[in-house]
Amino acid sequence: MGELRLMKGNEVLAEAAIRCGCDGYFGYPITPQSEVMETLMASEPWNTTGMVVLQAESEVAVINMVYGAAGSGKKVMASSSGPGISLMSEGISYIAGAELPCLIVNVQRGGPGLGTIQPSQADYFQAVKGGGHGDYKMIVLAPASVQEMNDFVDLGFELAFKYRNPAMILTDGAIGQMMEKVELSDYKPRNTVDEIEKIAGNWATTGKKPGNRRNVVTSLELDSARMEENNLRFQQKYKKMEEEECRFEEILCSDAEYVIVAYGTSSRVCQKSLEIARSKGFKVGLLRPITLFPFPKKAIAKLAEKVKGFLSVEMNAGQMIEDIKMSVYEAGKNVRIEHFGRMGGIIPTPGEVVDELEQKFS
Amino acid sequence: MELIDIIKQENIVYKKSKVLNDVVMHYCPGCSHGTVQKVIAELIEELDLQERAIGVAPVGCSVFIYNYIEVDWQEAAHGRAPAVATGISRLNPDKFVFTYQGDGDLASIGSGETLHACNRGENILIIFINNGIYGMTGGQMAPTTIEGMVTSTTPFGRNAELNGHPLKITELIAKLPGTSYVTRQSVHTAAAVRKCKKAIKKGIQNVLEKKGTSFVEVVSTCNSGWKMTPVAANKWMEENMFPFYPLGDLKDDIKDEPASKN
Repeated sequence: MGELRLMKGNEVLAEAAIRCGCDGYFGYPITPQSEVMETLMASEPWNTTGMVVLQAESEVAVINMVYGAAGSGKKVMASSSGPGISLMSEGISYIAGAELPCLIVNVQRGGPGLGTIQPSQADYFQAVKGGGHGDYKMIVLAPASVQEMNDFVDLGFELAFKYRNPAMILTDGAIGQMMEKVELSDYKPRNTVDEIEKIAGNWATTGKKPGNRRNVVTSLELDSARMEENNLRFQQKYKKMEEEECRFEEILCSDAEYVIVAYGTSSRVCQKSLEIARSKGFKVGLLRPITLFPFPKKAIAKLAEKVKGFLSVEMNAGQMIEDIKMSVYEAGKNVRIEHFGRMGGIIPTPGEVVDELEQKFS
Repeated sequence: MELIDIIKQENIVYKKSKVLNDVVMHYCPGCSHGTVQKVIAELIEELDLQERAIGVAPVGCSVFIYNYIEVDWQEAAHGRAPAVATGISRLNPDKFVFTYQGDGDLASIGSGETLHACNRGENILIIFINNGIYGMTGGQMAPTTIEGMVTSTTPFGRNAELNGHPLKITELIAKLPGTSYVTRQSVHTAAAVRKCKKAIKKGIQNVLEKKGTSFVEVVSTCNSGWKMTPVAANKWMEENMFPFYPLGDLKDDIKDEPASKN
């Protein structure tokens, strides 16, 4: 059993980064995630594991520092919230285009614009559909507990390096600020120079070795035919992610007539809604996507064979519902799909979700 | 004596650096980029830095430097080279990290990253090619375009009232505590090339000795963008650019210290 502690989600992100052998963190203050960098600075990991922590002048600089460090084969991460992630999106596109691994955390707040500092899930499209320019995808992990904030740091890095692709933890201010019991991961040493050479020697800027081909990290290819080859390679990679990395949780789905689809904070609310609905005789289940890209299309398609309806519960105006509809459509099914959401930083209550179920499906 | 009798191994007095790749440069005849890049390649060879050097290429004509100099490179988003270099250098303090940027990249879209990297004193060398114009996109006004200079977006000459003032970013950088060596050079004559090479060498040595940021501006020509022959462009630069961008060291914090073994 690992070390047990009562911690905030944001603090756990910092602790997990140090423990999983992260080489560097770059950040810029923004609510509701400033505790990540504050915790790292107070922990002074440069004195223990040798991890570098730097406060940059902007999120634009942050993501480009991540690009540079990731391009040298290091395990690097950054965290921010919606407005900062928007600024980083150019850089994330470059990172995807240059095929570099890194971990980016979005502790979501309500938007658009400066919006609110209260929790939201309004950055779903930005995270799963690309966000920046060009055809690219990120692996998007959606923790629903402080424990998963811990677990997904290591998992995020593992997937990022497996696919040489940016991975994102898409969470929100509620989980970032919430305190829960967490079993921390054991300490893993940072990669040694030799290990980095083994993992990344054929693509990272670790210095040109005599007799070896040099490495150039770039997303630029002016020859259209070659650029299309790159695009096709990226798409194959995203397809492989869809086939191999999809993660989800099903709760009370086996006998369910109606299924709520919700992730992160809203999935926590909906677990309570299940209890209330079932006590009223309503056979409701919950499908919780853990990866938002790849989206659990097959699981939705399978449920669509037997359920009467899906309710997408999101803290936004209806974003994930499009992926549910697409999953059902691609499976050739015809099931009612409805959305319930609160915005502006408001978290729906379990009762509201049940009322919505009753209104829409009875 | 016939020419063929002179071309012999024992008569060779100059060779292309082996760090400079055998590829055709895309730069226009007369452009300063080729000369500066040759100097950088020579220094990387002379100082035996090919294994330690990591360059950061920007957006613009400068980007293809990574095709010409045979070291590991990262290509940065427009203006972000100093941030990319910060990431590399902070996590790889044993490497020699340098950026090579044009004026639009460094002084316009990347002014924030440039000033903050210099102010933090990142242990990097920044080489800044100032030709007062956006070359690759077809000759638009740059932040360093001098007043009166004709570009495709200032067809009647830069007018400070309409287009703002030219930015002397090197003077700003010289004021920052993080920089140890800030200089302005040119490569329009053989003597100037030798001086510029000395300046870049000093910048490299500062980085190797971890003395913070070194910054070498090279006032340069862009024949195509300026629509002048190479000879006319050099003359125009001397008469118009140098009075506004005077050559020489702007800051040299470590001139009294003994030179390193490198």
